[in-house]
Amino acid sequence: MSGLLALTIRELKKWYKQPIQLFMTLIQPVIWMGLFGKAFNLSSLAGAGGAGGSQMFMQLFGTSDYFSYMAVGIISMVVLFTTMFGGMSIVFDRRLGFLSKVLSTPVARSSIIFSKVFAAVVRCIVQVSIVLLAALALGLALYFDFNPLMIFLPFAAAVLLAIGLSAMFLAIAVRSRRFETQMAIANLLNLPLLFASNALFPIALMPDWLQSFAKINPITYATEAIRQSLLMNPDWSVLAGDFVYLGAFAALFGAIGILLAWRYLSK
Amino acid sequence: MERDIIEVKDLVKIYDKRIRAVDGISFTVKEGEIFGFLGPNGAGKTTAINVLTTVLTPTSGAVKVCGFDVVHDSQNVRKNIGVVPQDLTADEDLTGMENILLCADLYGVPKAEAKKRAEELLALVELSDAADRLVETYSGGMRRRLELAAGLINRPTVLFLDEPTLGLDVQTRAAIWKYIRHLKEQYKMTLFVTTHYLEEADNLCDRIAIIDHGKIVKLDTPAALKDSIGGDIIEVAVEGDPAPLVEVLRKIETVREVVCKEDGTCRLKVKSGDKTAPAVINAVSGAGLKLSKIWLSRPTLDEAYLEFTGRSLRREEGDRETVRIQRMQMRRRRA
Repeated sequence: MSGLLALTIRELKKWYKQPIQLFMTLIQPVIWMGLFGKAFNLSSLAGAGGAGGSQMFMQLFGTSDYFSYMAVGIISMVVLFTTMFGGMSIVFDRRLGFLSKVLSTPVARSSIIFSKVFAAVVRCIVQVSIVLLAALALGLALYFDFNPLMIFLPFAAAVLLAIGLSAMFLAIAVRSRRFETQMAIANLLNLPLLFASNALFPIALMPDWLQSFAKINPITYATEAIRQSLLMNPDWSVLAGDFVYLGAFAALFGAIGILLAWRYLSK
Repeated sequence: MERDIIEVKDLVKIYDKRIRAVDGISFTVKEGEIFGFLGPNGAGKTTAINVLTTVLTPTSGAVKVCGFDVVHDSQNVRKNIGVVPQDLTADEDLTGMENILLCADLYGVPKAEAKKRAEELLALVELSDAADRLVETYSGGMRRRLELAAGLINRPTVLFLDEPTLGLDVQTRAAIWKYIRHLKEQYKMTLFVTTHYLEEADNLCDRIAIIDHGKIVKLDTPAALKDSIGGDIIEVAVEGDPAPLVEVLRKIETVREVVCKEDGTCRLKVKSGDKTAPAVINAVSGAGLKLSKIWLSRPTLDEAYLEFTGRSLRREEGDRETVRIQRMQMRRRRA
């Protein structure tokens, strides 16, 4: 157990001891949100069609304001990007010999994977907090009867998503020695995962084939859970379904991570 | 009699179903010994060390370290060994002390004890002053010393060193070996070393296995390895006519071979040169000849190496350095 903690702390130190990198990863989602969210003012576009347009927007997006809608999606995006780069760190550990060194110590193989998962979770919590604060500053409209206790739900959703995604990206990178390959895979996966979800746009307007993918995409469920808890009068059965799905996703990929660690960390 | 602390029997490691990196090696290492693996690039040294340190699982064969099987009882092996890898694995973003303490945590050394040991080890390798500096600022020699200290944090019974002086200048290499000898005495360890520096293997190892193409081609003490290529060389010359010299020399029992050159110098291959040299002097003066020159040389391990692998290790050193420089550049680009 001391090994798991030590390795997690190592990951985090590598993160916060690089102030420029830290600043960039924190600022990037805020820029996305500020530019993209404010520029694509879909709610005004719908509003230009009169009261009927606004009503249609409300029905489709579940909120009257596009910025609030996509700011929540950015929270999921932050989790996606953070876990993706977390997965790559294992390639460096392998390449620089650190992994071999750790493998020769009595540390549990699963601790090597889980230290990276936990570090990604901590990073996600910090980044999600900052994005949330920035979103509020830029005009995120909380549900008028918002219960402050509900603030734990977005974090819970982000944590479950972070566990599942980082275990997934680590599983992809577990045998790799090539950073370039991992970059290519990450670039290939990242936009489809983001756009084939409800993070930036409602699923209902997508073509059927895209909808069926978006409906298994865990990002959809995390985003929905966060929207339900922040922007609207929460529908508890929807929320419960989202958390069950996210929990299953985290558990499944966590288990796959442990399995791969045992089987494939060493050749 | 000392017990065998490493037992390897018919070890085979095949990568990707084709590449036989280690092709059936067997040997034992006794407690307290310094055992050396010597061989060119790609000979299988690092693969072998990775199997012994449980990083790789063997394809077949039985390997026991400290009495524990590396496959079935790997956890107990790991607790008893220390590893100083070929790569510089210390984290550049952490300080020297943080790196050592991280290693201590990986071995589950209790906090207070870890701190005490870390300070002691850093003092031993003379890094106390740099302990709280980021490893990024360390020189190559300092980083090697840090790796050494990190490898000892769990007080291992066996310490594995994979090319511990790779790429260091002569002075730094000597310093590293001073530390290694000192640490060995202090903690009474068994050392398993791979190296391609012949002088090092010669000076330090109790026994050497020459490994090539995944096989051990020769295993013996450095002295015996050198003896096995035909013993020492003595060169003698006499004033005047050298013709009678040959007859005189051939009569000496320990002389194996006499070759005379045109300038009158005779080159002898002899068994134990230090004992034969006085015999040569006595025989020459006994025959009434006047010695003008005598020169004794011992074969180097390089000659032995050449004999057993068919190639010179000196040439490989150059390639090795190139690879290392490329690797360092790769790392810098990343940073």
